[in-house]
Amino acid sequence: MKEVYLDNNATTRVDGAVFEEMRPFFCELYGNPSSMHYFGGQVQKKVDEARNRVAALLGALPEEIIFTACGTESDNTAIRSALEAFPQRRHIITTRVEHPAVLNLCRGLSRRGYRVTELGVDGEGRLDLDELRNVIDDDTAVVSIMHANNETGVIFPVEEIAVIASEKGALFHTDAVQTVGKILINLQGSAIDMLSLSGHKLHAPKGIGVLYLRRGVPFRPFLVGGHQEKNRRAGTENTASIIALGKAAELAGEQLVEENIRMKHLRDRLQRELLASIPHARINGGLAERLTNTLSIAFEYVEGEAILLHLNEHGICASSGSACTSGSLEPSHVLRAMGIPFTCAHGTIRFSLSRFTTDGEIDMVIRELPPIIRRLREISPFGKVCAEESAA
Amino acid sequence: MWDYTDTVKEHFLNPRNVGEITDADAVGEVGSLACGDALKLFIKLDAVKERIVDAKFQTFGCGSAIASSSALTEMIKGKTIDQALGVTNKEIADFLGGLPEEKMHCSVMGQEALEVAIAKLRGYNVPRHEHGHDHEQYGEIVCNCFGLTDGFLKKVIAQNRLQSVDQVTHFTKAGGACGACQAKIKALIPITGGDSQPTSVTRPEKLTNLRKMQLIQDVLEKEIRPQLWADGGDLELIDIDGDRVQVAFRKACAGCASSGYTAKFVEQKLRELVSDEITVEEAEA
Repeated sequence: MKEVYLDNNATTRVDGAVFEEMRPFFCELYGNPSSMHYFGGQVQKKVDEARNRVAALLGALPEEIIFTACGTESDNTAIRSALEAFPQRRHIITTRVEHPAVLNLCRGLSRRGYRVTELGVDGEGRLDLDELRNVIDDDTAVVSIMHANNETGVIFPVEEIAVIASEKGALFHTDAVQTVGKILINLQGSAIDMLSLSGHKLHAPKGIGVLYLRRGVPFRPFLVGGHQEKNRRAGTENTASIIALGKAAELAGEQLVEENIRMKHLRDRLQRELLASIPHARINGGLAERLTNTLSIAFEYVEGEAILLHLNEHGICASSGSACTSGSLEPSHVLRAMGIPFTCAHGTIRFSLSRFTTDGEIDMVIRELPPIIRRLREISPFGKVCAEESAA
Repeated sequence: MWDYTDTVKEHFLNPRNVGEITDADAVGEVGSLACGDALKLFIKLDAVKERIVDAKFQTFGCGSAIASSSALTEMIKGKTIDQALGVTNKEIADFLGGLPEEKMHCSVMGQEALEVAIAKLRGYNVPRHEHGHDHEQYGEIVCNCFGLTDGFLKKVIAQNRLQSVDQVTHFTKAGGACGACQAKIKALIPITGGDSQPTSVTRPEKLTNLRKMQLIQDVLEKEIRPQLWADGGDLELIDIDGDRVQVAFRKACAGCASSGYTAKFVEQKLRELVSDEITVEEAEA
C-alpha cells in the first residue's frame, strides 16, 4: 500500500536532491570544519555555502544565521537570550496558540518569577493587536509569537507585531517553523529580531534548525563551549544536515511561488469536496489568512482518533486535534483557545500538503473519508442527534 | 502512534453488537461529547430476567473505546446479571490482548456503563452529574472536569492496584484536564509496600458482641475486599457466630486453588484489627 502522506506540518519527506547533497559528508567528507587542515577546510566551505543559501531564502545576512539542532532549540535560545540580555525586564508576551516549544518554556518561566501574558485569539484563530498594544509595557523583555499556526495554518501579522514590540524596546521573536519555505519572507529591513526554523519541515532531515539573529541584537548563547557559530552555539556542527538544509532552502526558494499556487488549488479542492459531501463539517480558521497547505476540518459527533485509524487502513496519513491521539485528555489547546466547541474539537482532522502532494492523493481522501465519517456517526450515541439536525 | 493489539484493531474495524435494542431491559450511559468519549449500553434479559440474552452498544470515542465496547458486549452475552457484574475493566482489556495504559479508561468506561445499566435495572437511584457521567458510586466529587467521585476512583485504584496519579489519570481520566485535583487523587492512593497501609480501621481494646460484628464487617469492606478486587476476586460475608466468621469467595477467588490461603489472609487481617480469637472458614457451597 502506497502511503497518502498528508501530514507535512508534522514532518516532510527529504527531497532526493537534498539527500544527494548531504550523502558525501558521512563516509567521505567527514572532516571537522574547525580543523586546521584541508580535509576539514573543504567541509567548512560547504557549511558556508549552506549558510549563504539559508540566508538568501530569508533575505538575511549569512552572519545572521545560527545553526541549531531543531526548532525547539532555536525557540528556547531566543527567549532565554532575550531575558538574559534585559535582566531588568521581567515580562514576556506570547499567545495561547503557540507551539509547546514556546508555550511550555514561558509557563515554566512564569513559575520562576517572570510575568507571562498569553494573548488570546478569536474564533477564527486571529490575534487582536490592540490587546498586544494594551499589555506591552516598558517591563516587556520579549514578545514571541508564531508566524503561522501548525494546527490551523492561520498566519499572524508578525511584521506589524515586530514594530509594536520595537517601539517599546522589547525584542521580537517568531517561530516560523511552519512558514519558511512556504511564505516569502524578507528579513532585510524587517523589525523581526529573531526567527526560528526547522529543517525537516522543508524537506531537509530532522535534527537541524536555525535561529536567525538580526545583526546588532544582544545575544547570550544557550549552549556554551567551543567557538562554533561565532561563539553563539557551541558544539561540533551537524555538517551533513547543515549542508542538506542549505540545499533544501535553495530548492524552496526556487519553487515557492509556483508550489504555493499548486498546493492552494489542491487544498481548496479537498476542502470544497469534503464540505460538500459530509454534513456537520466546518473549517477551523477558514475565514482567516491561512497557509495554503493546511486544512483543519472538524467533523461533529465523531472522534478524531477513530477517523485517523480508519484513514490509516487506506494508507492515508493525517493528524488530529483530538485528545485521544496524544494521550492527553483535552483536545488541542489551539482549538480550545479559538473557542471551538468540544463537539468539533474532538473530531478535528488536519491535512497538510507539500510540494510532493499529488492530485491522486487528494482524490483518495475525497473518496474514502465520507463513508468513514458516516460509519462512525452510525455507531455513535449522538448519531441520531446529528441526523435529526441535518434533516431539520 | 498507539501500539494497539491486532484484537483491538479487529474489534475497532469490525465492532460486534453495534446498535440499539428498542425493548431493552436496561440501558447504561456514560460519558459525553464534551468528555471526548461516551458509551450507551443496551441489555436484553431472558424471560425470568436473570440472564443477558443480548447486548448492543453505541459509542462515540477513539479506537480503543469502540473496541472496548465491542469486547464488553461479547463478554456479557449469555452471562447472568451477577456474572456480568463480575466483569472487571482488566478482563475487558485482557480480552483485547491488552490496552496501552493511557487508554485503560476506555475499558473502565465499559465496566461503568454495565454497572449503571444494572444499578438502574435494580431500581437504584443513579446520580447524574453535569458532564453526563453516570455513577453508581456515591461520594464526593474529586475531579470536577470529568465529574468523578472518590468512591469510583478508590474502586478503580484498588482493582487495578494503581500506584501513581498518572496511572489513575490513564485509567479514569481524573486529573487529566485542569490537573487541580491531583493532590486529592494522590491522597486516595494507598501507600504500598509492607503492611503499613493507612487504615481507617484501628483495633479497639474491648468489644461488645455487636461492636465486634460491626468491626468485622468494617474490616471486610474497607481492608479486605479492596485487596481481593485488585486480584479480580471478591468475598461475601455469610455469618458471624461469636468469633467464627463464615465467608464465601466470589469471582476469581471462587474455586481458586489458593482460596485456603486467602481464608488465612482474611483471618490474619481480622485477628490483627479485631480480635486474636477470630477464626475464618469458607462456607459450604
